[in-house]
Amino acid sequence: MNQTPILRVEGYSKYFELHEQGKIIPSSHDVNLQVYPGQLTTLIGPTGAGKSTVLKGIYRSYLPTSGRLLFRCENSHEVDLAQADEHLILELRRTEIGFVTQFLHALPRQATEDVVAQPLVQRGMEKTQAQNIAREMLAAMNLPECLWGISPATFSGGEKQRVNLARGLVSRPRLLLLDEPTASLDPTTTERVVRLIEDLKAEGVAMLAIFHHPELVERMADNVVELEPPVGIEKMFKEIA
Amino acid sequence: MDKVLEVENLSKVYGPGCPSCFELTGPEYNTNICPHCGSVVAAHNVSFDLYKGEILGIMGESGSGKSTAVKCLYFDQEPSTGSAIFFDKGRQHDLFNMNAAQQRHLANHRFGMVYQNPHLGLNFDISAGGNIAERLLMSDIDNYAAIRTRATGLLSRTEVLPERMDELPKNFSGGMQQRVQIAKALAINPPLLFLDEVTTGLDLSVQAAILDLIMEIQQEQQTAMVVVTHDLGVIRLLAGRTLVMKYGRVIETGLTDQILEDPQHAYTQRLVASAL
Repeated sequence: MNQTPILRVEGYSKYFELHEQGKIIPSSHDVNLQVYPGQLTTLIGPTGAGKSTVLKGIYRSYLPTSGRLLFRCENSHEVDLAQADEHLILELRRTEIGFVTQFLHALPRQATEDVVAQPLVQRGMEKTQAQNIAREMLAAMNLPECLWGISPATFSGGEKQRVNLARGLVSRPRLLLLDEPTASLDPTTTERVVRLIEDLKAEGVAMLAIFHHPELVERMADNVVELEPPVGIEKMFKEIA
Repeated sequence: MDKVLEVENLSKVYGPGCPSCFELTGPEYNTNICPHCGSVVAAHNVSFDLYKGEILGIMGESGSGKSTAVKCLYFDQEPSTGSAIFFDKGRQHDLFNMNAAQQRHLANHRFGMVYQNPHLGLNFDISAGGNIAERLLMSDIDNYAAIRTRATGLLSRTEVLPERMDELPKNFSGGMQQRVQIAKALAINPPLLFLDEVTTGLDLSVQAAILDLIMEIQQEQQTAMVVVTHDLGVIRLLAGRTLVMKYGRVIETGLTDQILEDPQHAYTQRLVASAL
């Protein structure tokens, strides 16, 4: 197995500075972890331990307060995602780093199959081909075919989550961030998703995931990283002068 | 990735100007009016770059200087200081060091502008088709049949019935006028498009159709765009990166999702918190 990590998180911290309330709120403190190609690393810990904050920092939806997030690109260059140029981050999101969140943000006017095909189209794939791959993925997700042509806006939580997963998995990024991807799925669909994730792992995709169910952690994780809520969380609230 | 535009330290002052203008205005002072000489500092030290196929959002409340920045780049106004380089077909154009004829040539041939007010972008004395023809003529297409065909194509692309191309813009609804304006701006396939509050004041359904159109154009033609708006929804939908302005200064810049989820500046935090 390939032992060069694709991602090294070193001393990552994220504190939110809330100007209106005059407070600093620590969310992640000194997180260290590695993610390897073809392996799945899970983040565990109680609510408030900053699990999602780690994923959002890596995706740069949050601006890290300190620490290094070293990502090894396809061309073997190492990039610190905490500092990298915004254009490079956008490019990596398009080509190498995928993120499946708990919630689907899609246009209410877009057909489900187009929502799923979009990451492929953005990479320059021809539209009908992208739609074909999207449909295969939706079928694999067990989403009824009658829903493919309409917008996911009116879907149930579980249906939306399947669309979201299909969209995240379809582009086969080199690093996939998963934030409770199976939280609202029934056991049958969860099983399908688990198998798809295992397939991707076998293909060499590196994954960093948060799972709702402990049994999934047990079953899927190659590495487990336990996070604690930042120490002395109450004390660290401080007034901004 | 190809860079299309590089703007550095763009400033615009209305009024006599004095040495204190920049020191005593801005977000810290809660004003853009210089207390010494009364000049209005509409924009100061605005810098950004823009790549092919990218949409950059400029967000801020009215009076923050966001439109001023774009109007300077489209030569509607003259900047006080600063530089802007437009990269095109392997050449660099130093926008603020060209003569008026060169600037007009560039605006006519390589830029597109869509204003909030259709009266600024359209000639209301000639037909919708005539407006498009005007732009094609300025860009050296002068065969009548070719112009007619192109205008028909553009109007159907922006979902204005081609049968109505010979009507005057005043006969159209606000949303339709805006689409004619977009068709006119797109007539010459500009690599760089400026959009200044293009959906402000329109019905929600019309807004949605126009935003969809803008996204389709970006995907099809890889047009680089600067989108000026005070609407967080428009920013979220269109822009990959965003600049936040207040009192003529850029107070924050970042990836759009980061600006919306993890805003750094007190003003941006308030702005995001007040979104519906």
